[in-house]
Amino acid sequence: MSISRDQVLHVARLARLDLSDAEVERLTGELGAILEAVSKVSELDLADVPPTSHPLALVNAWAEDVPRDSLPLEDVFANAPAREGDLFRVPPTA
Amino acid sequence: MTAIVDTLRLTAEDALGLVERGEVSPAELHGAYLDAIAERDGELHAYLRTVERAEGTSIPVALKDVISTRGVETTAGSKILSGYVPVFDATVAARCRAAGLTLLGKTNTDEFAMGSSTENSAFGASRNPWDPTLVPGGSGGGTSAAVTAGLAPWGLGSDTGGSIKQPSALCGNVGLRPTYGTVSRYGVVAFASSLDQVGPVAKTVRDVALLYRIIAGRDPEDSTTVELPGPVALPEDERLDGLRIGVPRQARALEAVEPGVRAAFESALGSLEELGAEVGECDLPLSFDYGIACYYLIAPAEASSNLARYDGVRYGPRSDGATYREMVERTRDAGFGDEPKRRIMLGTYALSAGYYDAYYGQAQRVRTLIMREHADAFATFDVLATPTSPTVAFALGDKAADPLAMYACDLLTIPSCLAGLPGLSVPCGLSEGLPVGLQLIGPQFSENTLFRAGHALERSLGLDLVPERLRA
Repeated sequence: MSISRDQVLHVARLARLDLSDAEVERLTGELGAILEAVSKVSELDLADVPPTSHPLALVNAWAEDVPRDSLPLEDVFANAPAREGDLFRVPPTA
Repeated sequence: MTAIVDTLRLTAEDALGLVERGEVSPAELHGAYLDAIAERDGELHAYLRTVERAEGTSIPVALKDVISTRGVETTAGSKILSGYVPVFDATVAARCRAAGLTLLGKTNTDEFAMGSSTENSAFGASRNPWDPTLVPGGSGGGTSAAVTAGLAPWGLGSDTGGSIKQPSALCGNVGLRPTYGTVSRYGVVAFASSLDQVGPVAKTVRDVALLYRIIAGRDPEDSTTVELPGPVALPEDERLDGLRIGVPRQARALEAVEPGVRAAFESALGSLEELGAEVGECDLPLSFDYGIACYYLIAPAEASSNLARYDGVRYGPRSDGATYREMVERTRDAGFGDEPKRRIMLGTYALSAGYYDAYYGQAQRVRTLIMREHADAFATFDVLATPTSPTVAFALGDKAADPLAMYACDLLTIPSCLAGLPGLSVPCGLSEGLPVGLQLIGPQFSENTLFRAGHALERSLGLDLVPERLRA
């Protein structure tokens, strides 16, 4: 199992990581080795086995719909890198 | 001034007694630990930051830096959260406060709890109190080193694939990874949500049980939590008559287990038999053959999703970018270290179109089989026992350049984590002058049985677990 440089770049774009060329090169090798190790799971024929997404057999953990206060706005913005009024300020999307 | 207490030997239970009887005030005790930190933590780097003022009516506690603490910076060992000061407490932090515990500080961790040595912390590695050239294990190496070096009476860690149990084994203390769902994850920096569990680390099994009693139970803020089926029982028994202990044949056959670890483990099994336990063998073939592969698909997949929230918008440092997308991509590249990036990439790949079924879907099916194997073993045995870690503490740098070698550190702890089972690591001897841990695994909600077995073993072995170099 190996992964190509183009695949690494594609995945980095999906994962919103602006990797440097050196990182892309290193990760191409490392991810190839890790994927080879984890591909072991494909040795097993598991067509009849249901998947487990959660180790406790909980179904529908209901809660009462009780109105309550949200965080005060000053708390919400306490760690914001950039604020404009009651909004988080970000660069233009395009 | 002579120290009011010997923090190297004081158990949390004894510390509670001192405070309850009024012999030492909470502030004095807090101060005694701060003094010990000032004396020894320069070398160990167990803490990322300490809290000077004792706020509480009881004894101190150290919290791993993945646990949000109102007003106290919480970084998860990552640059991408540097300067982040939570505006609310994690439920476990709130429960510690409600019990009167004073927050002593935030302990070091591999970045986002990803690692087995704390070398992945963006703020520098922690060191093992037995020998500072060695790692304390990870990811919870900070809490574990602090407990062993007398820098905290007890503390909380978080465990995804072994991050509580493995550092406890490598530092020579007791660590519990509780049954999935018994301890709230609300306010705990998420790594892999179907695996993450918060749990206690302390010098004795009774201390661990006492802290578990404080933090366990359903939390309306975390819908994956449940009520405990019964109260937490402090272990008293010194005998284990009738307890059936299963040793997985496959764990015994692992070549990765060092001879000294194997010897200490087998000798402890002899002690358990002398205490009245019946020791037999069980089979967990898929758990040991496929556990790591299964884990390193599920955990990174969940991590890639959980870590998507670090985008430089609402908190954390932000890198400049002409567009929103450029800002986010640069922020994430600058903020995450190598290991989170590896896992985000691996997880994103495993979840991407065309690969989902072959990787993530397949791993979830393997997980089902691992759960079934454990359930079968518990038809015959009350608890299972293995060494916690295949090796004693290793040198800093030994595995840092080889991700797969580092991942193999958790070979023995991962299968039960995937199955959502509780696990307790208890010191069971020394190898090359370094502590060895024995891992006890039980069915879901069997913490009281684990405490009973661990306590009896601890009493019968009577090990001195203060590192020789720190003994007065």
